[in-house]
Amino acid sequence: MELFFRLLAIALHAKTPITLTAAGEVIGESSGLFNIGLEGIMLLSAFTGAVAANAAGPLAGLAAGMGTGFTVGLLFGLINTYGKGDQMITGVGINLFALGFVAFGLHMLGAPGFHTVSRASQLPAVRTPIGSYSPIVFVALVVPFLVHFLLNRTRLGLKIKAVGENPEAADVAGIRVELVRLLSTAVGASLAGLAGAFMSVSWMGSVTRDISAGRGFIALATVVFSGLRPMLVLLGGFLFGFFDALATWLTIVPVLRDILPWQFVSMLPYIMTLLVVAGVIGRSRFPKGLGVPYRRE
Amino acid sequence: MSGLSWRMAGLRLAAALRPLGNSLLAALLGLAVGALIMFALGYDAWAAYHALFIGAFSGMRQFAGSLSNASPLIFTALTFAICFRAGKFNIGAEGQLFMGAMAAIAASLFYLPAGLHLVMALLFGAAGGVMWALVPAMLRAFRGVHEVISTIMFNWIGTFLAYYVTANLLVSPVRGEMTIRVAETSRFPLLMRGTELSYAIFVALGFAVLVWLILWRTVIGYEVRAAGANPNAGRYAGVAEWKMVLTVFVLGGVSAGLAGATEVMGRPPLYALDTGLSIVRGFGFDGIGVAMIGHNHPLGIILAAVFYGGLQSGARMMQMMAGVPFQIVRVVQGVIIIALALPELVRVFRVLRGRFGFLFHRRAG
Repeated sequence: MELFFRLLAIALHAKTPITLTAAGEVIGESSGLFNIGLEGIMLLSAFTGAVAANAAGPLAGLAAGMGTGFTVGLLFGLINTYGKGDQMITGVGINLFALGFVAFGLHMLGAPGFHTVSRASQLPAVRTPIGSYSPIVFVALVVPFLVHFLLNRTRLGLKIKAVGENPEAADVAGIRVELVRLLSTAVGASLAGLAGAFMSVSWMGSVTRDISAGRGFIALATVVFSGLRPMLVLLGGFLFGFFDALATWLTIVPVLRDILPWQFVSMLPYIMTLLVVAGVIGRSRFPKGLGVPYRRE
Repeated sequence: MSGLSWRMAGLRLAAALRPLGNSLLAALLGLAVGALIMFALGYDAWAAYHALFIGAFSGMRQFAGSLSNASPLIFTALTFAICFRAGKFNIGAEGQLFMGAMAAIAASLFYLPAGLHLVMALLFGAAGGVMWALVPAMLRAFRGVHEVISTIMFNWIGTFLAYYVTANLLVSPVRGEMTIRVAETSRFPLLMRGTELSYAIFVALGFAVLVWLILWRTVIGYEVRAAGANPNAGRYAGVAEWKMVLTVFVLGGVSAGLAGATEVMGRPPLYALDTGLSIVRGFGFDGIGVAMIGHNHPLGIILAAVFYGGLQSGARMMQMMAGVPFQIVRVVQGVIIIALALPELVRVFRVLRGRFGFLFHRRAG
């Protein structure tokens, strides 16, 4: 039973960064911007979050992470709205930049490949009868509902979906296509930033060069799985979080640990992500304007 | 020649040079941001870049070092470029190259005469890369799974598979952190003594020429480029999407597989993989940057690979002489790619300068 609760706790923590990032990307993709730089944004904010937390406490760390996400999201948005840039290339550039910047930063801090967040600077966990949880875990349970409300129950949400679905019509209706897209993607990216800071400041307590470990892309897969419906992001996050946790869990269960090579266990979340995406893809529907820069004729 | 045809020739030359100008401008921007970061942290940016240049291009030996780094990048950049020309975003070179490297090492389990053994190891490497490209290709062609997601997932699955294979199946009986070494009969001889440059560079250059021939001189290549430039045009012309996807992914897989194979067959002193894969890690992702700087053209890719390879070999000298951590070049590379995402980088600058100069007349469109 105790092992089961540990599995649950790991799963809920593992799903948190994926749910947050995916929920943010749902906002961005609804507006028509496809950001494959999420992986890099998570990595960058895990780093800035850890540095800020050590300097000024856990809340500063989370704020720094969100700020980093927002800033990079803003840059991504500027290039791809007013700059008419290529979203794929920008995303790849952000990922490469993040890899270099974090490796460089870790080197500057003198640590060989990782930087620890001191115990006092980590976000304190909430103790419950079923294990101790980071407060962000609960935030991540609520965020998809907020995104759902924003997109489906507010005027702003309608505008966001309009510029994603049919930018020409939205433009004619007087909506400032570029501005809405810019802010949507920046707000979405700040959730990826929160996810990154959560990993270093709360969940793992340190930052390494590969702390994001493909989670940004798993979040993208979750968005595909969800077909841009925030509530399904919650479900998808659970699914991928579970397999992520299962992989970690299998390496601590006494007997299984010895018979299963850890390398194959570690593949689980990635294999399951692919299987799920391959299984549901036909049903998903995406905005018409997704990935295409809007030019006024 | 009449004045008009001179002008036409001039315009065509300008059009051909525009990508070059774009890349140069992006490179300058990247180096400038790198300098700013170094300046902010109290380093001497000028001394750093000077050391970087010395380490990369100051002599034959240094240039040979840069070329040896360029060689795998040419392959992995071609992987990306071939697919990009078809409108597909294959970022799976990393995993495919692990497979190629392992397959080439596995070829050393056989005994064959020199020459023949080398060809067989190359074929193994290519097959390894193709094997790892095939599933994402089929998922794209038949299930519509976006290739960015499938190739990244395959990179991770491939990384863990490579951890397992190098540590258990191909592990060296004498050194536990290494695989067995590539047989001498399937190694590339060195091109220049005392450097890491081997004849593998000619395979890379030859493959680049081959890709150019396929893409620009064959019917299938024309169809690939047409479909990539305009998916609807491709559909109307009757090009089956799935055939095209499989073609470019298989070709890309061959290229990435060869990248891994030539690294273990031609890179002294190891001629093997370490169980942490550190000697081949990153070439797949760097290839994406090289392809973009080279504007996804084989000739551009060769030039960009030498530039990138030079940055890498110069970075060590920079760390030694100027004390700047070598990872700064990765920051520079990231900025270059982000700058290249702007299609009108040159025009942005031209507009800024156009306020002053009558030297640059802007054409409509």
